[in-house]
Amino acid sequence: MYTASDLRKGLKIEIDGEPYVVTDFQFSKPGKGQALYRTRMKNMVTGNAFEKTYRSNDKFKKAPLEERAMQYLYSQGDEYHFMDNQNYEQLSITADQLEDNVNFMVDNMDVHVLLFHGRPIGVTLPNSVVLEVTRADPWAKGDTSGTDTKPVTVETGFALQVPPFVNEGDKIQIDTRTGQYSTRVKE
Amino acid sequence: MAYSFLALRAEIIQAVRSFFIGRGYLEVDTPLRLPSLIPEANIEPVEAGGWFLQTSPELCMKRLLARGHEKVFQICKCFRKHERGTRHLSEFTMLEWYCTDIYYMDLMAECEEMLRFLVAEVDLPGPAAGIIQAESGWQYLSVSRAFEMYGQLPVQQALRENVFDDILVRDIEPRLGLERPVFLYDYPAETASLACLKTDDTSLAERFELYIKGVELANGFTELTDSEEQRFRFVKERELCRQSGRDFGPMPEKFLDDLEQIDKAAGIALGIDRLVMLLCGAERIDDVVPFTPESL
Repeated sequence: MYTASDLRKGLKIEIDGEPYVVTDFQFSKPGKGQALYRTRMKNMVTGNAFEKTYRSNDKFKKAPLEERAMQYLYSQGDEYHFMDNQNYEQLSITADQLEDNVNFMVDNMDVHVLLFHGRPIGVTLPNSVVLEVTRADPWAKGDTSGTDTKPVTVETGFALQVPPFVNEGDKIQIDTRTGQYSTRVKE
Repeated sequence: MAYSFLALRAEIIQAVRSFFIGRGYLEVDTPLRLPSLIPEANIEPVEAGGWFLQTSPELCMKRLLARGHEKVFQICKCFRKHERGTRHLSEFTMLEWYCTDIYYMDLMAECEEMLRFLVAEVDLPGPAAGIIQAESGWQYLSVSRAFEMYGQLPVQQALRENVFDDILVRDIEPRLGLERPVFLYDYPAETASLACLKTDDTSLAERFELYIKGVELANGFTELTDSEEQRFRFVKERELCRQSGRDFGPMPEKFLDDLEQIDKAAGIALGIDRLVMLLCGAERIDDVVPFTPESL
């Protein structure tokens, strides 16, 4: 059990049988008054957010979340299929639940699948992935300012800004938490 | 950045001392560790070797008044478990001053003079200096008027429905002291704590809070000096504390004995860390202290 004083950004709790993550949190306490914990939470399954103010004696159940090492196999329409690395059990997650993660997933990638009461609700990707650039406009020679970027598209269909020297067919490393270019990968 | 805030903090504290010493106040330092504290259901104390770390120096400061000191001030550490946020540290620095033969209104005036003195003495970067020097003078707003203006319920109804603090924090505080500092005054008797009730309306306490830029900076009142009445309030509050499993030690008998010796007095507590935050234009309390608990 957590109490209100354990509340902080990123804490995962269970409310009415659903998993929630604290996305914003503010402690306030008017003079001689009660401690108020103003909290914004997001439902980890539906993505719905709500705000609520809690008091010191409010208690929270820890969300029973489990992370399992799995391999991403393939997608079929809206369904993304994964396989447990240990027992070869397979399961699927919808594109909606994967949110922005679909931008960085390629077949056979190792991921962590997040389960709530045994039900898959999302994935955690490695902090960085290497993806191939599938479309890039050629770089106009002479543009050496070094601060300019240009748009490219990678194999998952995700578009991002990269330095002008990146060409079609290059592999680039992307930070999955921000969706930003990190570096070109030489092979 | 952090360095300059610490330097300003030192300058501000020095100027606070000059102000009080210049006015004939005696600087004191009373024990931090006490066998019993003021019971307050909304505060959780830190235990220390069978005693407690003070949640405020109030008890000892008033006992000094009882011994005949007429004007005392103190800058000290206070400890309140689990209080942590952008404006809270569970170990923080408090300024308290007490004076005999004055009322809460006199204390509000002195508080304004002190802040105007600080702004004149110290070269400050933040916008709060301009607010403090407001030419139109500081605003005095009663709690009931504030609830009418900004709250969704009248104050009595808010108390009955146990949403007084919620409305204060959500609807009222963020609107206070944006252009000039505000004294919110005449709190409901239910929130009197150690304050004296108004003789012409006992539903209100002679208590006030100072707000600048939406930040609560100080809490002051005309002191309750009737020791039987104070004991009665302590008994009620201790019962609330007992229900929530909080221990403040035995009834502070020596304090209650001494209270009889005080005729009339007023006292105020002002958060030094928040004062420095405001005067420096810092967004977080973390920016104005050398170390936060997380950094230790």
